[in-house]
Amino acid sequence: MNEIIDPGSVDRPNSYIGKSVPRPNAAKLVEGRGQYVDDVLLPRLLHVAFVRSPHAHAKIGNLDASAASRLPGVRRLFTGSELAQHCEPWVAVLAHLKGMKSAPQLPLPLERATWVGEAVAAVVADSRAVAEDAAAKVAVAYEPLPAAVDMETALDPASVVIHPLLGDNLCFERLNETGKVEEAFAAAHRVVEATFHSGRHTGATLEPRSILADYNRASGKLTVYHSTQAPHMMQGVFAKHLRLAEGDVRVICTDVGGSYGIKVHVYPDEVAVAVIAKIMGRPIKFIADRLESFLSDIHARDHRIKGRMAVDAQGHITAIDIDDLTGIGPYSVYPRTSAVEGNQVVNLVGGPYAFANFRAKTTVVFQNKTPTCQYRAVGHPIATAVTEGLVDLAAGALDLDPVEFRRRNLMKDGSYPRTSPAGMKFEGLSHEQSLDTLVAMMDYPALRAEQSRLRAQGVHRGIGFASFIELTNPSPFMYGVGGARISAQDGCTVRVDPDGSVLAATGVTEQGQGTEAIIRQIVAEAVGVPIDWVRVLTGDTLTTPYGGGTWACRGAGIGGEAALQAGLAVKQAVLRVAAAMLQGKPDALDMSDGQIVDAVSRQPRMPLAELARIVYFRGDTLPPDLPRELMQTRHFITKQYPFAFTNGVQASWLEVDIETGMIRLIKHWCVEDCGRIINPLLVDEQVRGGIVQGLGGALYEHCLYSETGQLLNASMADYLVPMAAEMPDIEVGHVETPTKESLLGAKGAGEAGTAGAPAAVMNAINDALKPFGAKVFAQPFTPERILAALGKAKPR
Amino acid sequence: MSREVQVTFEVNGEPVSRRVEARQHLIDFLRLELGLTGSHTGCEHGVCGACTVRVDGRIVRGCLVLAASLEGTKVETIEGLSDANEIRDLQDAFIARNACQCGYCTPGMLLTAAALLDSKPQPTRAEIREYLAGNYCRCTGYHAIVDAVEATAAARARRHKQD
Amino acid sequence: MKAAPFEYLRATTLAEVFQLWREAGPEARLLAGGQSLMPALAFRLSEPNVLIDISRVADLTGISVENGALRIGALTTHAELGAHALVREHAPLLGEAAALIAHPAIRNRGTLGGSLAYADPAAELPACCLALGATIVARSATAERRIAADAFFVGLYATALEANELIAAVEFPRRRAGERSTILELARRSGDYAMAGIVARATVAGQALADPRLVLFGVGEVPVLARAAMAALAGRPADAANIAAAQAALAQELEPPGDLNGGADMKRHLAQVLLARAIQRLIGVEEARAQ
Repeated sequence: MNEIIDPGSVDRPNSYIGKSVPRPNAAKLVEGRGQYVDDVLLPRLLHVAFVRSPHAHAKIGNLDASAASRLPGVRRLFTGSELAQHCEPWVAVLAHLKGMKSAPQLPLPLERATWVGEAVAAVVADSRAVAEDAAAKVAVAYEPLPAAVDMETALDPASVVIHPLLGDNLCFERLNETGKVEEAFAAAHRVVEATFHSGRHTGATLEPRSILADYNRASGKLTVYHSTQAPHMMQGVFAKHLRLAEGDVRVICTDVGGSYGIKVHVYPDEVAVAVIAKIMGRPIKFIADRLESFLSDIHARDHRIKGRMAVDAQGHITAIDIDDLTGIGPYSVYPRTSAVEGNQVVNLVGGPYAFANFRAKTTVVFQNKTPTCQYRAVGHPIATAVTEGLVDLAAGALDLDPVEFRRRNLMKDGSYPRTSPAGMKFEGLSHEQSLDTLVAMMDYPALRAEQSRLRAQGVHRGIGFASFIELTNPSPFMYGVGGARISAQDGCTVRVDPDGSVLAATGVTEQGQGTEAIIRQIVAEAVGVPIDWVRVLTGDTLTTPYGGGTWACRGAGIGGEAALQAGLAVKQAVLRVAAAMLQGKPDALDMSDGQIVDAVSRQPRMPLAELARIVYFRGDTLPPDLPRELMQTRHFITKQYPFAFTNGVQASWLEVDIETGMIRLIKHWCVEDCGRIINPLLVDEQVRGGIVQGLGGALYEHCLYSETGQLLNASMADYLVPMAAEMPDIEVGHVETPTKESLLGAKGAGEAGTAGAPAAVMNAINDALKPFGAKVFAQPFTPERILAALGKAKPR
Repeated sequence: MSREVQVTFEVNGEPVSRRVEARQHLIDFLRLELGLTGSHTGCEHGVCGACTVRVDGRIVRGCLVLAASLEGTKVETIEGLSDANEIRDLQDAFIARNACQCGYCTPGMLLTAAALLDSKPQPTRAEIREYLAGNYCRCTGYHAIVDAVEATAAARARRHKQD
Repeated sequence: MKAAPFEYLRATTLAEVFQLWREAGPEARLLAGGQSLMPALAFRLSEPNVLIDISRVADLTGISVENGALRIGALTTHAELGAHALVREHAPLLGEAAALIAHPAIRNRGTLGGSLAYADPAAELPACCLALGATIVARSATAERRIAADAFFVGLYATALEANELIAAVEFPRRRAGERSTILELARRSGDYAMAGIVARATVAGQALADPRLVLFGVGEVPVLARAAMAALAGRPADAANIAAAQAALAQELEPPGDLNGGADMKRHLAQVLLARAIQRLIGVEEARAQ
C-alpha cells in the first residue's frame, strides 16, 4: 500500500522523501553551537564524582569520609544504604527469555562490589575537580573476594558463585533447534568446523555518559537532562524507581554526542544522580570521564562460539550447529537485559541461507567484569562472522568460489514471505540481487586477477564477503512481551502555526544519525509545504508524543511512519477547511509548496498561512460545526512481523603483510537493502559509520582483563579505536525492497554496517592467507594473532 | 604560594583576564569561565582530539594546556573561527557531505582540517587521512570527512585560479 | 580526570628555574610542552605540589651549528624539528622521526627535551639520539654536565639526570660523508607508540655498510643498541646471508618485555623484520610494493 508516496515523481514540489537533503541541525553543530548535557548550567549546580571499586569482587567494609568531607567545596557523601532508602531496586530479566535470572541492583551496592569500576559511593561538590579530590580521599575498607573472570569455567562447581542466592553463575541459556541436525551431519558430504571468538569491546562514545538531574521540592518535579536514546523510557524508570508519578518526571535530550546503544541502558550511577537530586533538591550533574567510561559503560560481544556446518555434494548447506558461550557482567543490565545478545546470536546464525537443520545454543554467564548489554548491531556481528566463516570454510572444502557457494545457498529473491530455520519471519529480502549488485560494484573478477598477479610477487591480498540479515522496526515481541516498559510504538504530532510554519514533535530521538532531518522531510512532503517551513522537536518527554526513542533501527520505519500519517492527517484537515472556505470538495484540492491548490490543474487557490489565519483568528467566518484540527497526532506500531528484517552483503579487500601481521584495508563495499530510503546521504553515512565500528571490533578493539579482573587498557592510548589513517574508502550501494507494513515502506539501516564488517574482514584475511594454510577466527585479528597463525611468532 | 594564578590573554580576539586554578586546563577554562562550550573534552589525556583549539596560530590539544600558562597568547576556538567566517567553506562542505553527525568531534576536526589546508592547500586523500589521524570520530567512519576536506581544497584551488 | 591541585610558577630564565625549583622542593615537576606530563596528571599517576613552567626560558631554545655539530635547544618542538633547515641538512633523521610522533597538535607542543627526559622505551627521539651518538647537555644550578646518549637512558622511564638537573640542549656530532640513516617503526595506528622500531645509520659503500649503528626501540626498557647485529654486518656486504646472521644475532641480544600488543616472541620477530627492511632501505633496495 505504497501508492501515496510515488517514488517516480521526484520532481514535483515537496517530494523530499528519497532525496539527500542536508540535516537542519548540522549548521549549529559545525559552529560549535550545539548543546550537550555538559553545556547546560542551572543555578546552584553541584557535581558528582564516584568512588569506584578497585577490586573485581570485594566486600565493602567501613567507609571513612572524614578527610574527604573536610575539603572546601565538598557538600555531601552518599553510600548505598542512604540511597537505597529513596530508590526501588531493579532486576533485569525478561519473562519471555525463559529461565533468565539476575540479582536485584541498587544505585550503589550495599555490601559487595562486583566489578572493577563499580561505583560504591558518591561525592557531591561545587566542582567536578573538587569532587574528584574528595573521592580520592575516601578510604574504603575492602575485603577482596575471589573473582569469577573466566567464562569457560563460570559454571564449574569450583567456581566462585557471584550471587549465592541465584545458585550459580548462569544468567540464561537457550537451545533453538529445528529439523534433524545429527542425521544431517552424519549424512553430510563434508563437514567444516571452527571455534570463533569475539573480543569484549565497548562503544567509546566521544561524548561520555552525561546526566543533569534537578528536583524541585516545591513542585515535586524531577527534570533530567540526559544523554540518552530513550527519554520516555527513562521517564518511566525514574518515576518507578524514585517513586514519582510519570507526570512529575521530565526527561530532556539535548544534543547527544554519539551513543550507538551505549546510552539506551539504565546505569546505576545515573540513577544515583537522580536520587541525589531528589534528596538534595537541587541540580546535580555527572559527566563520566574517559576512565569511568571504559570501566562502567556497558561492554559487549564477549563470545566463544563453536560452529560446524554440513554440506552436500552439490554445495548446499544441509545443517548448521553452533554452541555459543558469552560472559556478561555480574548483573544483567536493566531493562533490556544482557541475555539478548546471546539470544540474537541463536536467532540470527545462518540467517541468509536456505537449509533445513539447525541447532543453536547459547549459554550466558555472569562474571566479575564490567556489565554488558546491547551495543550497535547486538549479536549480528557475531552471528554473521560465525555463519560467513563457516560458509567460506565450506566453499574452500568444496573448492568452490565463495560467491558461487553463496549463490547456491542464499534464500532466493521472490521466495518470501518465509521463515528461517532459526524461526525468524522474513517479509521480503533481496540477497541475490544484493550480491549481484555488489559483485558488479567491486568488479570481482578484476580483483581476483589482481590478487593472483600480486601473489606471484609475494604480496598477499584477500577478498572477503559477508551476507547478512539485520533486524529493524522491532515489535513488542522484542521487549514488551517480556514485561519491559519499552515502547515499540511511536508517535508524532504535527501542528500548523498561523504563518504556515509546521512543527513536528516526535517520540524518536536524534544522536547524529539524522532523525530530525528525515522527520522534517517526511512531514514536509506529507503536508505539502517547503521543507524549511518545518521544524522538528525531539527528545523531550513533556512536549512529544509517548514513544520509544531510537534503537534497533526503528527511527525511520516506526517514527517516520507516525510522522507521515500525522502529516497526511494535517493535510486532510487543512483541505477540509479549505473546501469549506472555497465552497468545493476536499478531494478536488491538494497541498503543494505551502499553497492549497486545485488537485488536477495544480492552480494555487489559497496560501496555507491565510487558511491558518482564518482558523486561528477568524474562526467566526467558518461554518460552526466544521472540524478544524490543524494539529494531528498519529501513533504507529508494526502489525504482522516481529521485526522488519533487512539484508545486505559486504566485501573487504585488504592486504596482509605476512612478515609483520599488519593489515592494510584497501577498500570496502556494502550493498544494503533497507526498504524505502528516506535520505540516501544519511543512510549511506550510517552504513559507513557502522562499518568502521565493525572494523574496530575486527582489528583493534578489545577490553583486556587480567586474571584478577582488572581492565588493563582503560585509556584511549591503549584501547584502540579506528582512526582515519587506517580506514578505507567505503562504497555503498542499495537495493530497495519496501515493507508493506507501512505507507512509508521504510525499514532501518543504522546497524547493518556493523553487522557485516567483521565477517567480511575475517574472510578476507583468511583468503589472503590461503597459500599458507593459515586461518584466524578470534577477533580482534591483531598482528600477534596473524603471526601466530602463520607460525612466525608464538602468542603469549 | 597560591594554587591560583592571574593570567591575561586573548580569546577569539577579546582580552580575557582571570584568576584561574593552576590545574585547570584550557578547555575547562573556555567552557566554565567563558561559556565557550563549542570546544569539547573526550578523554582529557590528549588522544581523542575533540579538544583541538588554536594557540598563537597553531593547533594544540586544549586538554594538555594549562590556562595558567597562556599569559600573553592568542587563543582561537570554533566560535571565533565561525564568527570570523574563516572556515565557512569547510563548514558548508561538512554539512553538504554529512561529515558531521553527532557533532561532538566536529569542532576539533574542523580546527585540524583548517590547519591542514593552511599548511598544504592540495592534500591527497591519504594526506588528509594522515593529518586527521589524531581526531577520533565514532559516527562517520571518516570517509565523508575526507570527502568534505578534499572538496573544500578543490574549491579553494578553483577560486584561487579565478582570482 | 582532573589533576590534583598544584601551584604553578613560571620561569623566564634558567637562573629563575633553579631558584624556583630549589624553593619548591623535590616534589616539584618541570613543565615544558606538557604532552606527557599533563596526561600523567589527569590520571593522577603524578601529583606534584608545584609545576614550574620552563617553556619560556630562551636559553633552552634555538638550533645552531658549531664546528659541524648540531645543537638543538631542549624546548625545540617536534614540529620545529620537522621543519628546520639546519635539521634537514645536518640530521635529517630527526625530522623523519618527528613526523612519526603522535599527531600535528601534539607535535606543536611536545619538545625534544621532554621526550628525552620522559624516556618512553617506545619513543623515537631517544632511539635517534642513541643512534646518532648524541650528547645530552644537562644543566643544574651550578654546573653543566655533558652526558653521552649511550649513558643517558638507564631504565624504564629513567634517565641519568640528577634530581636537580634539566636538559638544556642536545648536540649531534657532524655527519660523516656518505652516511645514511633511516627510521622504521610498526605501530597499530599512525601516531601510536611503536610496537617495535629501528633507527639505522651507516656509511654506505655499494652494498656494504661501514660502521653500522642500529638502535631498536619498543623492545626493551630502554632503546637497545644492537651490538651483536651491528657486528654481524660491519664491513660485510648487506646480502641475504649476512642480514640473516644479523637477525639471528639480534634475536639473541633482545629480551623484549611483552605488552598489550604482543609477547616477547612477537617483538623479537618484528625487530628482526625491521632490521632487514632498514638495511635494505639504507643500501637503496626498496621493498617491493604493489600499487
